[in-house]
Amino acid sequence: MADLTTEFLGITTPNPFWLASAPPTDKEYNVRRAFEAGWGGVVWKTLGAEGPPVVNVNGPRYGAIYGADRRLLGLNNIELITDRPLEVNLEEMARVKADYPDRALIASIMVPCEEGAWKAILPRVAETGADGIELNFGCPHGMSERGMGSAVGQVPEYIEMVTRWCKKYYDRPVIVKLTPNIADIRKPATAAKNGGADAVSLINTINSITNVNLDTMSPEPSIDGKGSHGGYCGPAVKPIALSMVSEIARNPDTHLLPISGIGGVTTWRDAAEFMALGCGNVQVCTAAMTYGFRIVEELATGLSQWMDEKGYASTREVVGRAVPNVTDWQYLNLNYVAKAKIDQDQCIKCGRCYAACEDTSHQAISMSPDRVFEVIDEECVACNLCVDVCPVEGCISMVPMQPGEVDPRTGKVVEAGYANWTTHPNNPAAKAAE
Amino acid sequence: MAQGQTAPGIVAGRLSSEDLTANFGDLHPAYAPHEAAVAADRCYFCHDAPCVTACPTDIDIPLFIRQIQAGNPEGAAETILNQNILGGMCARVCPTETLCEEVCVREVAEGKPVEIGRLQRYATDTLMAQDIHPFTRAAPTGKRVAVVGAGPAGLACAHRLAMLGHDVVIHEAKPKPGGLNEFGIAAYKTTEDFAAREVDWLMKIGGITMESGRALGDGLTLEALKAEYDAVFLSIGLAGVNALTVDGDDRDGVRDAVDFIAELRQAEDLSSLPVGRNVVVIGGGMTAIDAAVQSKLLGAENVTVAYRRSRDEMGASRFEQDLAASKGVKVMFNLRPVAVHGKGAAAQVELEYTRSEGGRLTGTGETLRLPADQVFRAIGQSLQGAPDALALDGRKIAVDDRGRTSLPGVWAGGDCAAGGEDLTVTAVAEGRDAAMDIHDALSGD
Repeated sequence: MADLTTEFLGITTPNPFWLASAPPTDKEYNVRRAFEAGWGGVVWKTLGAEGPPVVNVNGPRYGAIYGADRRLLGLNNIELITDRPLEVNLEEMARVKADYPDRALIASIMVPCEEGAWKAILPRVAETGADGIELNFGCPHGMSERGMGSAVGQVPEYIEMVTRWCKKYYDRPVIVKLTPNIADIRKPATAAKNGGADAVSLINTINSITNVNLDTMSPEPSIDGKGSHGGYCGPAVKPIALSMVSEIARNPDTHLLPISGIGGVTTWRDAAEFMALGCGNVQVCTAAMTYGFRIVEELATGLSQWMDEKGYASTREVVGRAVPNVTDWQYLNLNYVAKAKIDQDQCIKCGRCYAACEDTSHQAISMSPDRVFEVIDEECVACNLCVDVCPVEGCISMVPMQPGEVDPRTGKVVEAGYANWTTHPNNPAAKAAE
Repeated sequence: MAQGQTAPGIVAGRLSSEDLTANFGDLHPAYAPHEAAVAADRCYFCHDAPCVTACPTDIDIPLFIRQIQAGNPEGAAETILNQNILGGMCARVCPTETLCEEVCVREVAEGKPVEIGRLQRYATDTLMAQDIHPFTRAAPTGKRVAVVGAGPAGLACAHRLAMLGHDVVIHEAKPKPGGLNEFGIAAYKTTEDFAAREVDWLMKIGGITMESGRALGDGLTLEALKAEYDAVFLSIGLAGVNALTVDGDDRDGVRDAVDFIAELRQAEDLSSLPVGRNVVVIGGGMTAIDAAVQSKLLGAENVTVAYRRSRDEMGASRFEQDLAASKGVKVMFNLRPVAVHGKGAAAQVELEYTRSEGGRLTGTGETLRLPADQVFRAIGQSLQGAPDALALDGRKIAVDDRGRTSLPGVWAGGDCAAGGEDLTVTAVAEGRDAAMDIHDALSGD
């Protein structure tokens, strides 16, 4: 089995799976159990400044959306940072770190945007022996109303400023956790880098209202008839997170800035995808909150098995492997032509591909009286919708046409070369190919 | 004290009341909401779904299951009942394994269909438990229609006609309506007096009058009905039972399976119902299986179904055969009755092995004797009491695809009419469709 030992910012852990700063990492009891279960590291639930801790609501903190069989696809929360005294957290962190020297223990911190506040807390965190800190510039609910969390993460200048303070008063790795509630993720990432951050982690949660109670007309989770937007996470946010991660990974200003990937990591495959897009490791929360700590066994064995199959000896070989393949739409090869193909042996004749194509796409699937569904190559634009709605994985595939073949839809010969929109005759701004 | 399985002869009270209650409980208990949600989530919402095509009443199954998924079982029930007003009963008694569920794409893919029947029951039960009747009558048309027979076809026809604004009088020979829903069908498929409750619920549409005690040829004539009403729908079922035509068919202990089933369905106390120690059922349809299984559940020691043809040719579905086997009934094939032996009462059934040659059944000459103190005839029912003026198609009333008989103004449907399988759901479809044609005919006046 492939060795999953992963080094991130000089912190070596037995695997790349860390628990994200969140309810699962709020106290010693949980973190010890997580380490026993096999997690490579934890980012401790966000610490606030000295003094009376924040309070949480005394009603529902979470809302959810579901797929079939009530499988949790998205989770929303309105919980704030730790509501336990700073001193208690610090003591516990020190004890746990001492007992688990081979695991990463990162302190997540959120204190007011004042140099003094950071200067006060950082030495105390350092005393715990924590391996590094993560600056919570991400939480979009509650704390943002107090000028912290995403309120900082949405202003690149603040990110740079606070990161600089942290580098000034703390000598271990500083990770800046980014909010996705922003138009261009490259801006805060660049600011973090400019401030001296050792890494960024993303995404934090997305502003969300999961549902509305149609009896009480209150958003959920509802506190005495009222609801507030929360932070959205879980499998549903993975595509958003992957895109943001890729933007940072391929941006010249932030390329090679280490990234800790967060956002809906549920299986080993999700983790591998984040890493392929440039993440040195991943952080997990919702999957653990849904299924418990034991999922780390599936993550570890799955990633290891896949690495063996692919011949990757270490996680380092995986990181960033897909980044060169992320490009702009304008550079996609317009000479590439594919056609959907339905494997009749696998087809269960549900007709979903037909309904989708006939009603909402290109009328490129035929249906015979005895329910044989076939692709009409003359109409098929290879949009992939049939693949996406088919209940049987692998039943419908997109088969590339070979150069020299004639695309029955356009009547044109498929060309071997690469040609994109920038040189396309229909593009008013096209430059003549050289 | 219970008599026990080995008490000789045909005796009542073989099992304790507790055992009988357990034995005759719901075959497929109703889904709890969670179970329904899990089952509904398995539906793929197929395009032009095979299950709908397979349903004789064309219920929009993907739609009603999606309505259940979305938390609207009442809407699901309305989708069902729009097409099949006896959707509650059909959910219980339909041989779904040979209809909708047989062609479910998940049966094809995984060998496990979406449990359409149980989901249909969940929806219809949910609505009926709230005592909601979701249909209302159209403005009165002033037309009057006679329906003869209050079985599934008659009830479906009457309801649809009443909904369309016509006044309907149902003439039922028996003291209770429901037909085979009430007097046929195994008790464990329709527990807690569901057949009667469903009729009461159906009657809430209004405009239907139920008259009992008279049948065609016994207080009613087709001429008089035609004269009195604007249209007549005949749904008189198959009142005759085919005889065994073997020596000893008239011995004590030999009786019609349909009578036994009816008696059981109407029994206030199952422990008062006598059943043999050694029961042999002659036949291969649902009636044979229902009689055999219920004999076993009443406490018979040995119950055998003897069917003259092969397993594949059996009218009862494989599911029914397996159900019988699971209850301890022995199902034997390629055996036809030769004689019922005994000194007065039946004691043995003599059976001859058969083989099929070019579709023709012949005896092999080899015989077998089974102990039998009770023998049930279940080799089919036949049309009885149909007016001579009606043309027949084979042994049933000839009808066209709109349910019209050879006589103007007279329609027929259900088991008495030619065409279609003898199933509750088929009868409902025929009654409903005849009602639509009657409506068209009356509207054209």
